[in-house]
Amino acid sequence: MTDDHQLRVSKIRNGTVIDHVAAGQALNVLAILGIDGTSGEAVSVGMNVPSDRLGRKDIVKVEGRELSQSEVDVLSLIAPAASINIVRDYDVVEKNRVVRPDAVASIISCPNRNCISNADEPIQSRFTVLSDGVRCDYCETIVREDEVAANLDVN
Amino acid sequence: MRQDHLISASHLSREDIEAVLDRAADIDDDPAAFRQRHAGKVLGLCFFEPSTRTRMSFDSAMKRLGGQTVDMGPVESSSVKKGETLADTVRVVEGYADALVLRHPSEGAATMASEFVDVPLVNAGDGAGQHPSQTLLDLYTIRENAGLDDLTIGIMGDLKYGRTVHSLAEALTNFDASQHFISPESLRLPRNVRYDLHASGAQVREHTELDEVLPELDVLYVTRIQRERFPDENEYRKVAGQYQIDSETLEAAADDLTIMHPLPRVDEISPDIDDTDHATYFEQAHNGIPVRMALLDILLSQDR
Repeated sequence: MTDDHQLRVSKIRNGTVIDHVAAGQALNVLAILGIDGTSGEAVSVGMNVPSDRLGRKDIVKVEGRELSQSEVDVLSLIAPAASINIVRDYDVVEKNRVVRPDAVASIISCPNRNCISNADEPIQSRFTVLSDGVRCDYCETIVREDEVAANLDVN
Repeated sequence: MRQDHLISASHLSREDIEAVLDRAADIDDDPAAFRQRHAGKVLGLCFFEPSTRTRMSFDSAMKRLGGQTVDMGPVESSSVKKGETLADTVRVVEGYADALVLRHPSEGAATMASEFVDVPLVNAGDGAGQHPSQTLLDLYTIRENAGLDDLTIGIMGDLKYGRTVHSLAEALTNFDASQHFISPESLRLPRNVRYDLHASGAQVREHTELDEVLPELDVLYVTRIQRERFPDENEYRKVAGQYQIDSETLEAAADDLTIMHPLPRVDEISPDIDDTDHATYFEQAHNGIPVRMALLDILLSQDR
């Protein structure tokens, strides 16, 4: 299946490559970044591809869009090992790691159903980032790192 | 207090707490000196959940400071029934009052409400979250009876959903207190409170049996285990029965053990303890007045 092979390794001309995403998290990465293909950019996704560092990893390539550091930092919650490569004319011109932000808003919904952020109030969910998870700014519920992906609110 | 609102005990420093307790002691010594302190000011009472004593004690505290109160009344007859958001309700009511007291069934309600108002807001209970004004009167009671440093306290009952427990445990991290938590496995402290206790370096131990620790305690803080926390009546009866105390239980306790309870109690403290020197829960309830007067006095006196 050469197509498959090509898809995995094909380079993008201009845009962003998000590499070393934890296996299985690529679709969550796209969801968090709000990339659903409707704005026309070419997106390639590799899932469970072999990786020296992670064993298996996911990789996301977005043609024609350079993601800023603040846009990608929220990815650190579900893909802490991710690296961000900015590509211009087939060359990687910038290579960055994701940095944990101090807080995230509207990305995670509070798993506490009785939290006011889940009621019909004019607020966004907001979490403070801890070393090993996040904490709801409203009800103080702590979501562990390994529970974050299951509580994403990006649809 | 260096803040406008009282939302969570985790925001309180030792200095904040001592400022309120010292003011409460001044009020206890000379209530007449505070009688006209806040004449002309109005406190808004917004209780989205039934409450008798917290509502009455804030009402009484404000009136004893010379102020007045306006009360939203029961939720059933309010605009909340028409689907108004809490954010809208508090924004309207802040125009009627110089400070607000809020009780709400959802965790985080007071935090959210405080983001929408400019007047001081006191969290009088947010679901299973926090109840910091109760904690201030608990601390006042502990200070009067046992002292807040070099304290060994047992906190027993529903530690998972008990908001008075969460607030008290977090506030006690400001003092040299050794905290013992006694509960059934299913009602242990929630993750966020354990996280805070751990982060503060507090001395904490957990137990499932009171007799493991009773002889060491200076204070035993008892809370009610509610029927609705258990899947069936039998399970509830079996568990709740292990966390009830009577005069026989106390044979193993220190002579000067102080027993506290945020009230209302059902059967977790036998009435045969009421007449002993251990029983401090009615005194504790009465302390709600000077402590809430002190809290309101401080919040209403800040330059805004």
